[in-house]
Amino acid sequence: MEHKAYLDYAATTPTDQRVVDAILPFFTERYGNANSLYALGRDAARALEDARERVAASIGARPDEVIFTSGGTESDNTAIIGLATAGGRATGHVIVSAFEHHAVLEPAWWLGKHGFDVTELKPRTDGIVHPEDLAAALRDDTVLVSVMHGNNEIGTLQPVRELAAAAHARGALFHTDAAQTLGKADFDVTELGIDAASFSGHKIYGPKGTGALFLKKGVRMAPYLMGGGQESKRRSGTQNVAGNVGFATALEIMDAERPTEAPRLAALRDHLVERLLGEIHYARLNAVDAATRLPHIANFVIPGVEGEAMLLHLDAAGIAVSTGSACSSGSLKPSHVLLSIGCPVEFAHGSLRVSTGRFTTEADVDYLVEKLVPIVERLRSMNPLYEKTVAELVGAKG
Amino acid sequence: MIYSEKVMEHFGNPHNVGVIEDADGIGEVGNPVCGDVMKITIKVDDDRIDDIKFQTLGCGAAIATSSIVTDMAKGMTLAEAVAITKNQVAEELGGLPPAKMHCSVLATDGLKVAVDDYLVKRGREPIAGEIKSSDPHFDPHEDDDEDHTH
Repeated sequence: MEHKAYLDYAATTPTDQRVVDAILPFFTERYGNANSLYALGRDAARALEDARERVAASIGARPDEVIFTSGGTESDNTAIIGLATAGGRATGHVIVSAFEHHAVLEPAWWLGKHGFDVTELKPRTDGIVHPEDLAAALRDDTVLVSVMHGNNEIGTLQPVRELAAAAHARGALFHTDAAQTLGKADFDVTELGIDAASFSGHKIYGPKGTGALFLKKGVRMAPYLMGGGQESKRRSGTQNVAGNVGFATALEIMDAERPTEAPRLAALRDHLVERLLGEIHYARLNAVDAATRLPHIANFVIPGVEGEAMLLHLDAAGIAVSTGSACSSGSLKPSHVLLSIGCPVEFAHGSLRVSTGRFTTEADVDYLVEKLVPIVERLRSMNPLYEKTVAELVGAKG
Repeated sequence: MIYSEKVMEHFGNPHNVGVIEDADGIGEVGNPVCGDVMKITIKVDDDRIDDIKFQTLGCGAAIATSSIVTDMAKGMTLAEAVAITKNQVAEELGGLPPAKMHCSVLATDGLKVAVDDYLVKRGREPIAGEIKSSDPHFDPHEDDDEDHTH
């Protein structure tokens, strides 16, 4: 059988077998509702609180600062809307970075339609939101700032500690979306000095539909899901005990393996970047000047090809990657992340995101480059403007 | 969004790829900012399309619609060729996802421009009519209400 290479770990990860083993008893044997008083319920409640303590320990929080949710999107939505509207507030200024995930952008835009003033703060071309740019955007009426910890498309790590400090200096709360970084980079809420953070289980070999929101003790937040008052009234709904146990288990494995896994992935990424840039003419790494980046994400522009066509040919060779081309999203515009860092539109259509993980080997990365080289050649030979594009690229360099 | 088998066939092994060097008519449509560019070259004999080739920068649907439209047009009279509609192109491919219907407009437009280019070069009246994709206000998603997904 032909080699298969899954290189889209930033989209999702397979659930680790150790996580599956930890979860299974909670479906058929330890199935109690964690809010029931009898023994079966108490058993579930103990498992849930144990999971909460394990997550809290990993991120340097108190257990009562961890709210289990259904994942990154719910945590982001809850934080953005719940923090801005806490205590019945109906007006104020909110700042989000322009390259946030849509799980942050959409609720921010919703706030913009419902009485709030919203600023989308641009990162610089290095893929970093600079604290001095945030300081300049902050106002006396700024209530909330949200800047992601690590960007999911280009993999740049943001100076969250300095950004949070800038927000606090003007009296604003600070939230960070850490869905892409939890378990992959150091993350300690006290050290970062943040008020809220969003996490996702399925990005770290946990089950889909799991995650958490960190909310600093004493910070007011309007609940997003209302009902039975679970999670200290901050997230109603019967807790997903199996999922939360899986999330906590997955996070512990990430933490235990990070000292060896992070450098291994960084070396794989560097190998990929070197080979791909060496073997594909005019290819370049997006946000190449970033001072800090995640070890598992590399985003390339391959001029003269369209991303979806590249992705489909790679799929036919058993390789899974992703692209920021408009065609892959069903919208007309290519990736808002690439556009926000100044990538020209026509190049953003030809972007390729490769993200590696626990089961990626050097053979997978080499296989990608081997297959990609002839695909790019073929697509470029079919591109009526390729010679013109090359002339422009060469001209721009000279 | 899932492509039909026919789309994947034409995308994977497109027909009539290339450029006719001594072409009688050339049609270039689209622009790289939108992510789609198509160039069709034709040879005409007795007002019939004798040979046709294409080059396309674009997604799977853009390449597949280019391929199928060149298959369809080969051997047609010029009048028949410019009458090919985007829906016929989509039907020939076993349907296109709604968000990709504009790709079939690009393909039919490329053909129309090539035919008119031939006619005008010979001092004759153009016959293709409206070229939707060259209109700066062309909204490729305008006709998305029509469902061609099955």
